[in-house]
Amino acid sequence: MPETLTLVKPHCYHCGEECLTTAYETDQKQFCCQGCQSVYTILSGAGFCSYYTYNDHPGTTRLRNDKKYDYLSDPTILAELLDYTDERLSIITLYIPHIHCSSCLWLLEQLNRFNPAIAYSRVDFLKKQLIVRFDPKGINLQQLVELLNDIGYEPLISLQDIIKKQNKEVKSNLVQKIAVAGFCFGNVMLLSFPEYFGLSAFEQNFKTFFGYLNILFGIPVVFYSGWGYFVSAWHNIRNKILNIDFPLALGIAVLFIRTVVEILTHSGAGFADTLCGLVFFLLVGKFVQQKTYHHISFERDYRSFFPVAVQVIAEGKEKPVPLAELKTGHRMVIRHNEIIPADAMLLQGEALIDFSFVTGEAVPVNRTLGEIIYAGGRQTGEAIELEVVKPVSQSYLTQLWNNEAFTRKQDTRMKTFNETVSKYFTIVLVAIAVGALLVWLPFNYRRGIDAFTAVLIVACPCALALSTPFTMSAALSIFDRNFFYLKNTAVVEQLARINTLVMDKTGTITTGGSKSIGLDAELNAEQRQLIFSACTNSIHPLSRMICKYLGDLIKLPVTGYREIPGKGITANVNGHQVRVGNDEMIFGEVKEGNNLTRVHLMIDDAYLGYFGFQHEYRAGLETVTGLSPAYELYLLSGDQDHERAELLRFFPDNAHLFFNQSPQQKLDHISQLQQKGLKVMMLGDGLNDSGALKQSDLGVAVTDNVNNFSPGSDAIMDGRAFNKLPAFLRFSKDTVKIIHISFLISLTYNLIGLSYAVTGTLSPLIAAVLMPLSTATIISFTTLATHFAAKRRKLL
Amino acid sequence: MSIIYFLIGCSVFLALAFLIAFFWAQKSGQNDDLFTPGMRILLDDETKESPKND
Repeated sequence: MPETLTLVKPHCYHCGEECLTTAYETDQKQFCCQGCQSVYTILSGAGFCSYYTYNDHPGTTRLRNDKKYDYLSDPTILAELLDYTDERLSIITLYIPHIHCSSCLWLLEQLNRFNPAIAYSRVDFLKKQLIVRFDPKGINLQQLVELLNDIGYEPLISLQDIIKKQNKEVKSNLVQKIAVAGFCFGNVMLLSFPEYFGLSAFEQNFKTFFGYLNILFGIPVVFYSGWGYFVSAWHNIRNKILNIDFPLALGIAVLFIRTVVEILTHSGAGFADTLCGLVFFLLVGKFVQQKTYHHISFERDYRSFFPVAVQVIAEGKEKPVPLAELKTGHRMVIRHNEIIPADAMLLQGEALIDFSFVTGEAVPVNRTLGEIIYAGGRQTGEAIELEVVKPVSQSYLTQLWNNEAFTRKQDTRMKTFNETVSKYFTIVLVAIAVGALLVWLPFNYRRGIDAFTAVLIVACPCALALSTPFTMSAALSIFDRNFFYLKNTAVVEQLARINTLVMDKTGTITTGGSKSIGLDAELNAEQRQLIFSACTNSIHPLSRMICKYLGDLIKLPVTGYREIPGKGITANVNGHQVRVGNDEMIFGEVKEGNNLTRVHLMIDDAYLGYFGFQHEYRAGLETVTGLSPAYELYLLSGDQDHERAELLRFFPDNAHLFFNQSPQQKLDHISQLQQKGLKVMMLGDGLNDSGALKQSDLGVAVTDNVNNFSPGSDAIMDGRAFNKLPAFLRFSKDTVKIIHISFLISLTYNLIGLSYAVTGTLSPLIAAVLMPLSTATIISFTTLATHFAAKRRKLL
Repeated sequence: MSIIYFLIGCSVFLALAFLIAFFWAQKSGQNDDLFTPGMRILLDDETKESPKND
């Protein structure tokens, strides 16, 4: 037996994937496929070889890539996609998921070397966006996108371009408001110090000067930076809600009015520095709370991954039709790797549909002529023709979005601690203030008013308003570090209240694509080589896994290769008849009750054995299911119950396992649980879980690549973080505890302040010390405590 | 001591100038993308004659 010489499998020079064959070679560089090779040829031809020097294997694999962009010449679609256009200039922002390294940046910013009509191209790395300005006479959008596709950067163009929208609307002027408040705060502090240290008799004229300046600085703070609190408080009162903005607005107003009155009547120094500090810290708290993930979208629905248009055959010719105009009876052509956008009947071609977007199941399924194929599947293999039986919005999958769960407003979810507490806080605060006023009024009306305003000033819940944002944002960055991305800070509190976990199976508790492969056959070296040679021709995921399993062998000449979709392959290798396929192909019948997906091997009519493929459960599933007594666990799967026996190892209660669930049934199931008073967290991954994710109290999309498609949800979890779920749940409970404690701390400060305030003798100095001191305590306490809690839960 | 009026005027004016500069930077989008420029600076300028002309 000859020794194998190649020990190291070559990696594709372009994308870094393992090369299964040595067929693609240019300039002594190995490529995994035709696509990668052609990208290299284009780049090296144009003198772009530095692309490969900045990083190793910067490209994306081109194995599954074959798209048409004809629809981009349609003027209505064009108008929707372009940011701006006139006769000489068009601007477009494209979302390119593959942007990941400096090579990408380098190449994409030099597009004008490919075509001089491209005037400008700029990458926004975190948002994975490319902004291109081009001359529409020199290059049209279709050519531009094809160029990008040719060099390996396929833009994601979808009907609902959320990433773009999301990044546009963040433009609030919070940062400017903070800048103004900070500017005034600094200056007012400077001007207030002399007063606190005492001014000698001949310096008294400075006092009024400083006072007037303080009023001047207070005006922009109240009417620009702090104005949002008045608007929000007014809005809430009209809706009969008492939230934290009301005492805050009251505090700001009282501070300002009392400052102005004291200074103008020369009766005191006023509280200008407290006022500016308060607004400044509050706004900083708001800023900290706003966390944006530029590259992740939590609002995706089916539209963001359906194509913009589809090729329709009319009068013997193909033309692109936008999805909205697709009607029942249209005959559409779906090519390799294209998504079927509407329920349709298969008319022609071999359909091998990959439903991984819908169900998470990665192995494509075979469909026969005349069968109805539901929307959301991706065709792999040759082009097929289908007749639309239902328009896009009415199809089996998309009609889920007509459910009320999607139209309902989000604020019917759980109330946060802050919302609950601030209602009572406000009532008590106003009661104390009015009480102080009434007690003093009969004796000394001036003192009464002093006491009334002092209570409102000193009890202004600044620390309370800051405790939640600072704790939550610290918690959010802990989650973030562990690949668990939460939509906003309120989700942390929702997480703490969950008592029921509902999980989808495929793609959620099993890893999406990879299955474990095992060989149940005795193969000699020659047989291995024969099977390898037959399987390298196929792009089917199972064939590729078999090739990987067998290792890098030398490919023998193959004749008469035939792939029967959904069944297997036959080929004549080196004079041997090789058959690799499923039960149906090898035995002519389907054997029931298999837990394994089997691929049988046959050479020259001799049965050798089979490859067994098994779903691989995510690492740490047992720790998640170990939550069982404290949390109720359910499984809702769209699949058959082949794996029930295996899953019972993890899930204690057979009655909590549900199979064959339609998307609508999943949604209904969640709302049933909610009616029992349970707080439900749904973990899902596919579009078929969208309804359940939306209906649940906390929807978590589990995905292996956060940039890939994931359905709309409250949080996105990277598959690698799945085993940490119990730690996440415990940590969220810790953070809520931290908020409670910091609330007590801020209450203590309020009580100290109140003891001065009710007597009507609150000096500006005490207010000016108390407010920043309490703020600093809260910020440092919450940050340290969150850090400590994360350490305890082993999340840091 | 009247010089204090002048000095305070100067300090406020200076601070105001910085505030306006910040507003301008914010408005012209200089703070929109704080990550990419840091990467861009690491990429070398290609010398013009290098690509396969000679």
